Amino acid sequence: MVVTIIIYTMLAIGIFFNLLGSIGLLRFPDVYTRLHAGTKCTTFGSMFLTGAVIVYGLKEWYLHPVAGSSIMPLHVFIALIAILVTNPTGAHAIARAAHKSGVLPVNAVVDDLKEDTTKEKTKKAKEAKK
Amino acid sequence: MIEVFIISAAVILISIALAFIRLIIGPTIPDRIVGLDTINTLVIVGMILFGAAFKESIYIDVAIVYALLSFVTTMLVAKYLEGGRM
Repeated sequence: MVVTIIIYTMLAIGIFFNLLGSIGLLRFPDVYTRLHAGTKCTTFGSMFLTGAVIVYGLKEWYLHPVAGSSIMPLHVFIALIAILVTNPTGAHAIARAAHKSGVLPVNAVVDDLKEDTTKEKTKKAKEAKK
Repeated sequence: MIEVFIISAAVILISIALAFIRLIIGPTIPDRIVGLDTINTLVIVGMILFGAAFKESIYIDVAIVYALLSFVTTMLVAKYLEGGRM
């Protein structure tokens, strides 16, 4: 009974955050804020949803310990590690590529990456003059 | 217990539909890539939920392979957009 309540709670939290991520993807004004909603919220929600499936698989394994019933929680754990490693890396790559391809933040006050790239360009231009 | 996983997967499908709207109407190309990345993560989670609902662990293996391949796709498109050589 306690395990069932834990599974329901984790499913509710995961669904809530995934739905919020998709709504934020529609509502935000900018590529970078959309990336913020669409990557962070879905990563957090996916952690809880896969956690619920892991708890469910462990419960099934404990109740019916036949051969092969422990495969599901292990493989869900591997999938969770794959999500946790690949999702933030992809978000970082998308943000960097968007900034380099010329899409700038709309309401940004400070843009450090732009300052860095302009500094490098001026340095290269000075070296070329010498 | 099966029904609650099916309901969760249905809500995940609604989230995929919302992200698909951004994929269609996105004004710039990075917007579309962000929508595609979100859809990839949600599809992985949906596969895991369906695998738990039908007690088929082969769906979860497919989800692992899909996660790694979608990561390769995202990095490739980001590299292309950045203007480097593949």
